Amino acid sequence: MFEPVLTRNFGLPRSETIDVYIANGGYQALPKVLRECSPQQVTETVIASGLRGRGGAGFPAGRKWSFMPKEPEVQKYVCVNTDEGEPGTFKDRELVEKDPHQIIEGVIIASYAVGATRAFVYIRGEFFLGVKRWIKAIDDAYAKGFLGKNILGSEFSLDLSVHRGAGAYICGEETALIESLEGKRGEPRKKPPYPANVGLWGKPTLVHNVETLANIPHIINRGAQWYAGIGTPKSTGPKIFCISGQVRNRGVFELPLGVSLREIIEEHAGGMAFDKKLKAVIPGGASTPMLTAEQLDTPMAFETLEAAGTMLGTGAIIAMNEGTCMVDVARRLMRFFAHESCGRCVPCRVGTQRMLDILERVEGGKGRAGDISRLEELANGIRGRTFCPMGDAAVSPVLSGLKLFRDEYDYHVKHKRCAATVSPTATAATQP
Amino acid sequence: MPPDVQSFDPAKRSMLLTALYIAQEQYGYLTPDAVQRVAGRLGLPLTDVYSMASFYSLYRTKPVGRYVLQVCEGLSCHLAGGADSLLDYLRQQLDIEAGQTTQDGLFTLETVQCLASCGTSPAIRVNDSLYENMTTEKVDELLETLRGYHV
Repeated sequence: MFEPVLTRNFGLPRSETIDVYIANGGYQALPKVLRECSPQQVTETVIASGLRGRGGAGFPAGRKWSFMPKEPEVQKYVCVNTDEGEPGTFKDRELVEKDPHQIIEGVIIASYAVGATRAFVYIRGEFFLGVKRWIKAIDDAYAKGFLGKNILGSEFSLDLSVHRGAGAYICGEETALIESLEGKRGEPRKKPPYPANVGLWGKPTLVHNVETLANIPHIINRGAQWYAGIGTPKSTGPKIFCISGQVRNRGVFELPLGVSLREIIEEHAGGMAFDKKLKAVIPGGASTPMLTAEQLDTPMAFETLEAAGTMLGTGAIIAMNEGTCMVDVARRLMRFFAHESCGRCVPCRVGTQRMLDILERVEGGKGRAGDISRLEELANGIRGRTFCPMGDAAVSPVLSGLKLFRDEYDYHVKHKRCAATVSPTATAATQP
Repeated sequence: MPPDVQSFDPAKRSMLLTALYIAQEQYGYLTPDAVQRVAGRLGLPLTDVYSMASFYSLYRTKPVGRYVLQVCEGLSCHLAGGADSLLDYLRQQLDIEAGQTTQDGLFTLETVQCLASCGTSPAIRVNDSLYENMTTEKVDELLETLRGYHV
């Protein structure tokens, strides 16, 4: 039986408070790091743990730290990415609302390791409770001497503050987040240079997702070997999976990476609701290609999902039953991406809108001959030709939908209606 | 380099998002006057400030009702059933379409894409509060409560 690490305090009353965090072993990694480890040693520990970023890209965290310049006179920054917006994802929100101090402890340790003296939390504007929880947690951490000047009597000082975003999915992309922190439109920057060299106000900056940072205190407390022993060799540690859609128990489940999609859906989420069969699964958030019921034994790890032609992404699983219209799914996701395109580059700005027009028309029973091939042409024209990864993300639901369920698209155009015998809405009407 | 660029304080520009929130709170929405004041206070070109106000979806450049009801129509809310029916129900109850405001100025109805409530869907956001696992009965209660504040 896997023992939860990141979510272990979630069930406790007042789990968000500093007292509950400390009473359950919190803020023990920080003094250990400040007294016993050099920044280099901390970075080496994180590299040895194999921790990979939990925001979607899965880049090795310790390596990202090692890219930061070592010169002590250079001002460096750390940014905490709480701009969770990928449809299907709600783990970061839970982490911030239920146990913000383990993230703060992770931020302080990461800042010490890379030599940053200033850190910023960037939080999605819609997360009002999250903003309040962040501010309270930071205030309490200052009061206990975990933040501010000479933390716990050491030479190390760090200031941390909260910046509220204002409603833009693209600000979850690290360079767009930095632009937004600087008070600009959240339009991604050209990479390279990477933020580790030229980031916030032109200074070296480390940007991490909150779940990535929440792992840090545990790696310090229990060691890199313990951490690397969880999961698969290439995807180590625990992962918070979010499951939504038509399963019996929706919610967050913390499990070791490498757990099969079948175990998550059938055991933890209690199987499919309304005794319907599973039709398709989005494994890692809206921008990850779909899998079918035949692929349920795929382990949920970075490398295995990549081999299956998709991605772990944020670990947000959306399960859809046999009554789901796949054209409608693509349309809904495209509405999101077309709305969230930052508008900077043409393929994404215009392309997503054109794809949405076609999807609305086809789903609305007004599809024309040639619409589907046009849709595919547009998707392939956007893929790989946009300034940031958002273009690839936006076309992924359509391309994977066309690959797996092309006959449904063709049926819509030919018969001006859906082939799925029961529409998802009709299915849902029977829900308690 | 012109003197205004030399003396430019980057941290000051970082206050722009917060400043726009404050102005929106005071004016109800970002009126031309509000945008002008923010630009003046931060020493930024008016076009830069307006460009920000139009980029981020939480800033409003048009008036809205006292309560903005945002129904999530994202995939997970839809699959959970009810995203569409909640929207239809609210359209009937308020007698307005999405994007419109009731005549008494109390409610604006909108659709949004994802509120990170996928595990507790369907969800509705009202100003800064989130209402999850919504049903038409809960919508009735919510509307009654909100109307109760303005009798």
